[in-house]
Amino acid sequence: MNFSFSDEQRMLCDSVSRFVKQQYSFDQREVARQKEAGFDDKNWALFAELGWLMVPFSEKAGGLSGKAADVMIVMEELGKGLVVEPYFANTLLAGKLISELSSNSNSNAMLENMMAGEYQFSLAYCEPQSRYDLANISTQAEVFDNEFVLNGHKSVVLNAAMADMLVVIARTSSFQTDKNGLSAILVDPQSPGVDIRCYPTVDGFQAADIYFSNVTVAKSSLLGNLDDAFPALEKTVDFATFGVCAEAIGMMEMLYKKTVEYTKERQQFGKPLASFQALQHRMADMFIEYEQAKSAVLMAAMELDSTQGFAPKEVSAAKSRVGKAARLIGQEAVQLHGGMGVTDELDIGHYFKRLTAIQFVLGSTDFHTQRYASLCR
Amino acid sequence: MNNQFTDQELAFRDEVRNFLKVSLPKTTSERVLNGLRLTKEQRVQWQKVLYDKGWIAPNWPVEFGGTGWSATQKYLFEHECAAAGAPEVIAFGLKMVGPVIYTYGTEQQKKRFLPDILKSDVWWCQGFSEAAAGSDLASLQTTATLDGDNYIVSGTKTWTTYAQHADWIFCLARSPDRSLKNQQAINFLLIKMDTLGIKVSPIMMLDGQREINEVHFDNVVVPAENLIGEPNKGWSYAKMLLTHERTNIAKVAISKTRLKNLRKMASEPPKGGVALIDDHAFALKLAELEIELRSLEYTEMRTLAAVSSGGAPGPESSILKIKGTEVAQFIDELYVEAAGYYCLPFVNDQFHSDTNAEFPREHHIGQGSETDRAPWYFNNRKASIYGGSNEVQKVIICKSVLGL
Repeated sequence: MNFSFSDEQRMLCDSVSRFVKQQYSFDQREVARQKEAGFDDKNWALFAELGWLMVPFSEKAGGLSGKAADVMIVMEELGKGLVVEPYFANTLLAGKLISELSSNSNSNAMLENMMAGEYQFSLAYCEPQSRYDLANISTQAEVFDNEFVLNGHKSVVLNAAMADMLVVIARTSSFQTDKNGLSAILVDPQSPGVDIRCYPTVDGFQAADIYFSNVTVAKSSLLGNLDDAFPALEKTVDFATFGVCAEAIGMMEMLYKKTVEYTKERQQFGKPLASFQALQHRMADMFIEYEQAKSAVLMAAMELDSTQGFAPKEVSAAKSRVGKAARLIGQEAVQLHGGMGVTDELDIGHYFKRLTAIQFVLGSTDFHTQRYASLCR
Repeated sequence: MNNQFTDQELAFRDEVRNFLKVSLPKTTSERVLNGLRLTKEQRVQWQKVLYDKGWIAPNWPVEFGGTGWSATQKYLFEHECAAAGAPEVIAFGLKMVGPVIYTYGTEQQKKRFLPDILKSDVWWCQGFSEAAAGSDLASLQTTATLDGDNYIVSGTKTWTTYAQHADWIFCLARSPDRSLKNQQAINFLLIKMDTLGIKVSPIMMLDGQREINEVHFDNVVVPAENLIGEPNKGWSYAKMLLTHERTNIAKVAISKTRLKNLRKMASEPPKGGVALIDDHAFALKLAELEIELRSLEYTEMRTLAAVSSGGAPGPESSILKIKGTEVAQFIDELYVEAAGYYCLPFVNDQFHSDTNAEFPREHHIGQGSETDRAPWYFNNRKASIYGGSNEVQKVIICKSVLGL
């Protein structure tokens, strides 16, 4: 049992941490966020140059090793900076699914381009009715001799506007909630019949609802086997869930520390806020929640690395525990910052917004508690 | 970074497991696993088995009788013991005053006291709290006045666990010099319980048991050679002891075993009824509790890892105390819930023929040990109060970790 970083991990951590500290102040983040793409492509190019985009992928796929602990390090540090570059949507979600399913030279080449920072992906899996049930997919891909014809509606697709290629989860057979009969298909967003309605999200990212009407796609665009995308999708979404948990850890550390610093400076009734015990105990609670959530994420990382990357019980435990901590720490940080906490000007509220979003994507806190409970049966 | 055990560590685990299988009396482990009380004799018997094996004091330095185990070995030992239903070692000698004596005691004190602690031949109790000195321990009023070669001790200690069984008490008592600040006037004294002027009176707890006592000192004569360290420096020795006590209070391994048993119990439907685990709300509470406990286990391992790479069990041990007791008390509550109507009968410890002659086995009420769950829940509300209340632990976190 060993909790210390390897030399490579230490270097990776330093590298991401240095970027956030030196080139990603909250003001710089806001400038990046307001660019047309929703992020700064110079930053993205730098991520590629520093090798961060290769971290989650196997050496066979052209990546660095794909250990959960490494991904945890990257996501935790990015979380500290509230980084809006689409590491999660592009690399962890869409990229990872492609690498799980990758079977043809075409998609391998695209994945390598993604790692080089030159290609953006977006994974379209959720639908308005599906909530957190990954198998509830009504988007149809009718199978013909040489092509698929897609019809359906995908909701809140992250990074869709910037995507060079969409990865669409569609039903190629069976009934709407069956785990069997789902396929992953690459779709060019420029194809006729693809209607992308973009919007910013509350937590600083970009997303879209996408409508497919009679969109024709070549058979060669299928990733993996027909009707068999579910296991890879579940594994990928689980891994991405672990990724946002690590991101949340970074944010919660910033929030509790910033709150402590603020209450030491802010004077009321002639003394610092930090001298009031009613507030002190709440900050102690924030600290305890952070440490417990961090432990849960470490547990998930270690389990993922000792089980070939699939540890649904521990990932659900982590998401449930992180969700609980994120709610308390986010709300308390705002409360203890008083009026400043609810302004757009201060970073505190933006951490709060992202922490709130994390509680409700990829399965809510309650969803994962229930999933854990049923996996224990 | 990994959570794997090495082959040597796995071999060690098997060695511990086999030892427990062979050496732990079944009558003892059954009581422990059912959450029932043990007699002093049962405890001493087990501690002597551990002593004979050389495993009684894993946390002590090797030169004083420790095992020299790594943090991982200690973790494995503790978890195997809890899983097998081995009694917890009584902390007062081995985990509290022992470390104080080998750290701050004289050579003579070490020679005199440590062997008996290791052999469990001498039973210790802790004379810290007083009626008016609880969380504010340093305001204690029991006095120790130097008179020639002796201290004269007067005052009353309270909440003294197992004082009725104890041969010795380690005691905090202040010097009469009122010009000294509280923390700078405290002496750490070792006092024999059969000394003239000591009187022990029982305090009954919510479970109807005598576990704690008041200990009265009326001009008790204590040889000055029984002072630990220097006069008036006792507070710093006590603080060191309390850090050890807090880490010990987390009881992660025991909670894991208890939760596992609770889950097993809840999964077995009563004849003609429905298993409790099929109650969605109960299953969720159980899941949440298990997630908290598994997280706490990692928090504990992180703390141990920091300690073994040179750090001290610092203020983080406060997290272990707070969360460890919260989890344990939540488990207590769910056991009561699982008992249903059988939480009501107040037939304290009906399995224990020594203390309760009214209930021979054939007259048992309930199907298992359900009737002991509510009394234990009431009793164990103490856990968030002793060892520095959980609120005091938060003050420690604020001061020492957050710098508030």
